[in-house]
Amino acid sequence: MEPTSQQETAHSSVLTLHVNGTPHTLTLDHRTTLLDALREQVGLTGAKKGCDHGQCGACTVLVDGRRANSCLLLAAAHNGAHVTTVEGLADGERLHPVQQAFVARDALQCGYCTPGQICSAVGMLAEAAEGHPSYVTPPEHPPGAPAALTAHEIRERMSGNLCRCGAYPNIVDAIGEVAT
Amino acid sequence: MTHPPPPLGTPAVRSEARDKVTGAARYAVEHTPPGCAYAVPVPATVARGRVTAVHAEEVLALPGVHAVLSHENAPRLKEPDDPTLAVLQNDRVPHRGWYVALVVADTPENASAAAEALRVEYAAEEHDVRLTADHPGLYTPQEANSEVPAVRERGDFDAAYPAAAVRVDATYTMSALHNHPMEPHASTAWWDDGHLTARDSSQGSTKVRDTLAQVFGLEQGQVTVVSEHVGGGFGSKGTPRPQVVLAAMAARHTGRPVKLALPRRQLAAVVGHRAPTVQRVRLGAGADGVITALAHEVVTQTSTVKEFVEQAAVPARVMYTSPHSRTSHQVVALDVPSPSWMRAPGEASGMYALESAMDELAVATGLDPVELRLRNDPDTEPDSGKPFSSRHLAECLRDGARRFGWDRRDPRPGIRREGDLLLGTGVAAATYPVLISPSAATAHAAPDGTYVIRVNATDIGTGARTVLAQIAADVLGAPLESVRVEIGSSDLPAAPLAGGSSGTASWGWSVHKACALLAERLERYDGVPAEGLTAAADTEPEVAEDSPYARHAFGAQFAEVQADTVTGEVRVRRLLGVYAAGRILNPRTARSQFIGAMAMGIGMALTEESTMDPAFGDFAEHDLASYHVPSCADVPAIEAYWIDEDDPHLNPMGSKGIGEIGIVGTAAAIANAVHHATGARLRDLPLTPDKVLPYLDPAS
Amino acid sequence: MKPFAYFRAESADEAIGAFAGHPRAQYLGGGTNLVDLMKLGVAAPDFLIDVSRLPLDGIDETPDGGLHIGATVRNSDLAAHPAVRTRYAALSQALLSGASGQLRNTATTGGNLLQRTRCTYFQDVSKPCNKREPGTGCPAREGVHRDLAVLGHSAHCVATHPSDMAVALAALDAAVHLHGPQGARTVAVTDFHRLPGDRPDQDTVIRPGELITGVTLPPALPGTRCGYRKARDRASYAFALASVAAVLRVEGGVVRDAALAFGGLAHVPWRARAAEEVLRGAPATEETYARAADAELAAAEPLRDNGFKVPLARNLAISVLAELASRT
Repeated sequence: MEPTSQQETAHSSVLTLHVNGTPHTLTLDHRTTLLDALREQVGLTGAKKGCDHGQCGACTVLVDGRRANSCLLLAAAHNGAHVTTVEGLADGERLHPVQQAFVARDALQCGYCTPGQICSAVGMLAEAAEGHPSYVTPPEHPPGAPAALTAHEIRERMSGNLCRCGAYPNIVDAIGEVAT
Repeated sequence: MTHPPPPLGTPAVRSEARDKVTGAARYAVEHTPPGCAYAVPVPATVARGRVTAVHAEEVLALPGVHAVLSHENAPRLKEPDDPTLAVLQNDRVPHRGWYVALVVADTPENASAAAEALRVEYAAEEHDVRLTADHPGLYTPQEANSEVPAVRERGDFDAAYPAAAVRVDATYTMSALHNHPMEPHASTAWWDDGHLTARDSSQGSTKVRDTLAQVFGLEQGQVTVVSEHVGGGFGSKGTPRPQVVLAAMAARHTGRPVKLALPRRQLAAVVGHRAPTVQRVRLGAGADGVITALAHEVVTQTSTVKEFVEQAAVPARVMYTSPHSRTSHQVVALDVPSPSWMRAPGEASGMYALESAMDELAVATGLDPVELRLRNDPDTEPDSGKPFSSRHLAECLRDGARRFGWDRRDPRPGIRREGDLLLGTGVAAATYPVLISPSAATAHAAPDGTYVIRVNATDIGTGARTVLAQIAADVLGAPLESVRVEIGSSDLPAAPLAGGSSGTASWGWSVHKACALLAERLERYDGVPAEGLTAAADTEPEVAEDSPYARHAFGAQFAEVQADTVTGEVRVRRLLGVYAAGRILNPRTARSQFIGAMAMGIGMALTEESTMDPAFGDFAEHDLASYHVPSCADVPAIEAYWIDEDDPHLNPMGSKGIGEIGIVGTAAAIANAVHHATGARLRDLPLTPDKVLPYLDPAS
Repeated sequence: MKPFAYFRAESADEAIGAFAGHPRAQYLGGGTNLVDLMKLGVAAPDFLIDVSRLPLDGIDETPDGGLHIGATVRNSDLAAHPAVRTRYAALSQALLSGASGQLRNTATTGGNLLQRTRCTYFQDVSKPCNKREPGTGCPAREGVHRDLAVLGHSAHCVATHPSDMAVALAALDAAVHLHGPQGARTVAVTDFHRLPGDRPDQDTVIRPGELITGVTLPPALPGTRCGYRKARDRASYAFALASVAAVLRVEGGVVRDAALAFGGLAHVPWRARAAEEVLRGAPATEETYARAADAELAAAEPLRDNGFKVPLARNLAISVLAELASRT
């Protein structure tokens, strides 16, 4: 990593990202996405670049607690944000339950979509608990009530994370295991 | 004290799973050497012609730009075996998207901006990118892919077919398809005192090493290629690809380490595709359904850069009784990107056509599709006359039918309604050849009771690390935890690629042999000597032996679909496969491979399509928003089973390949289910709503 | 992507003030479309004014019983809001049918309205496109256009508008609030997007420097039902081949009120006024719905490869109306 000078120009800014609880103050080109900031500046390569256009989900991280495609977020627009990447989910040696379930259910093959799947699942579980509906949630489901995460619901809610290895059935099982 | 369970055949957990779920696993461009620069290639924007000017000077003036490489200044390469690797060597543009320049800059942002800004001028020429079944440029090649004869004739098809009591004559078409592994093709390359090192996203780094050495005029010992973790390949990383050559060129030219990850939008043109095919299948049978005449004639395309012929007629040489047979390939070289390997090349396309035609024959004869296949199960391989080393297709069909509830199926099409939905089920058979390549490996015993296995295998998501450790532990009679496997570097003993469903058999055999040698030597010692003990093996002699047997894996897939009469949307409700693929060495990772390939088959049947734009000569679907890899919502709870197959004619493990057979047959099973659901026989994949809707009447 | 200056505005006035004197400035909302277009080179602002954190993130009841939605409300929050779920179900469903959970968490109400077409030629700067570069031509008309327009297209452009949300808003008679250098104004959603005509580069009637501050939904009338349905190539995470948003009130077997809008068929969310004419006062039967759809789609001029959209839209309209009527 090249040392970054703490000097702003018309096309760069000094900003702080709180990544997995650690503040990182960086001078970044305004064009730098959160994904590239994480991968090339902070040195955390867990978030993956699969498409760089918000079309695959491999770059999914949690920004201020919500899942987002980090490839479409400009880092400059996220000064002060709290970002959780896949590297920040485990509690020391103890894996996050979603990580544990992915291992146990073999919910991964090549592993490239896996960090995004896991961050997405963590965000999705919180959304469901908060009562966020999905396209397949029955209209009569009471607004705000936690969603029942059937396999059908999990599939729809996880569809923003493509997996070319086709590990979906195991991914759905793994998330279902954590959801219940 | 309890003994550990036998390691081979047990569902050991993927050994790098923890690294993959924590983000610790690093891929090709996830190490950043000091001073690293970033490279972005510039694709041609004409479909055919010549580069007449590259305005490098304008871009070199932009911030952070280190270099612009083009045919004018790029390092000269020795002519590669694969002409798609001869990048930036001349001014010729053989297809749109071919690389004409490479920009190197200090940051990813500056590199992208400069690549975008680079002005390239062309002398464009007329192009021809349309594949048609009567294209005047069609010719019969010597061989199709995998060095198989392009044409085979047995008996007298032209006499037997007209004489058959029941005849099916149908033509099936498929659009081009793209592999689109989640990790784009990417490399980090650097030169250090004449030694080239590349971290490359590849299915086989020994071959990449050999290729780099050849094109740069180096000794193999002067090149190291590392493919530690690889984010999928599905054939598209089976051969060295332009990114590694470009990264090495840029690193040499700039004197810096260079990272190069191909933008997703460029992949469709430069790392291969499953060629589109037009396949005519003719089946002649007696009233009893037994096939007397079979013709499978394939028309496909290649590029003007190289000849690649999708060997789609090959499975018809293996599958069914067919005393009179013609299987042939014709190809035309168009101004299109070069096609290449995509999961089960040949079999996936060919079995879509053949297994669809079998379904049509079942309808024509009034036979159940499972029964029809059982009646045509041959005793010996039709094409070669060789006995099968093992063939349990009938068992797969019967077991699958039982598990799926096939006996409850009413064969009448178009009669099962559930609200707006029409439901149907379909079956297809699958096959994939047993391939194997020579491999070297070493096995080392340490005094502390641990072992190190070294072999340049590649784990592209198959679980290779895990299963090789299992093979070693099994031979050594050691606990799995005591075995460490080192793979993914060309500095390890040379090994073939992860492709052709041959990895485990090829690497595993060498590991087996090395471990057997080591075990034998260890018996001569009282304990492991302080410096440890190492055994090396190479399976060249074993693999070179011709087998008197026809060796293939087989399977059967069953699908249930719904077709929405309102929208024409087809979705898969159930998908079940049963496979006869030798001994299953790790049920956990094997199941994942079967399921994953079947999921890819859903895409092939229903959602994936690359459309050649006739005016511009590129595939219109540049990205993952328009190229529809199946999403989680498209894939039901797939079931995969296998029968215990004991085949002594394969390798010491008794295994056949399992990475590809899952996609073979799946698309046909789904398309056959669509016919059963709707009554419409649609012969053009994928079955998207625009194609299906015209055949449906909404409920009212 | 070309280098650009960046400024985070704290108020709408500050944002509009910052815009002055910067003809190549653009407002940045969630960025899910704009950043994508910048990466493609389709958008090349020299100055981004970040409006994603303006205090416009509220969803509030209006005095007349409608709902005001701030421009920076995220799509996922809007879809989950109890008032939207219960009174404007079509809007919730439309939002949830679009994109992915991640994108909906980021995308804003204002930005969703300003999404640009997914036409492959528009997105590829190496090819001509009248929308991107006026006067260069429209290769889609004779080229790859299965996903493109059947209604309201012109010789200059056959693009479709990609938003699901906007289709529901069009059927719901929503209004868009704009704030700009010349002050504030309100435009009906159905007047906000424009047909391509000979200026396909202009997607909407928004003026330079104008900012969307919010969207207002009129009160949901008692007895009305609304819904949204979308057809697509894959089961999720795909743009509409066609979609329908409908609002329906049936009394005594007769349609009393109806509003219908199509997505995926035109350069705009297509409000189906001709269909509504047929529906109002007619018996609530499938025959009526079919006649209504046919009345609207009579104007369709399919291209070589997208004729399927006409029966698809017809079926969707009939299906959604019948379903809404069955719940009355």
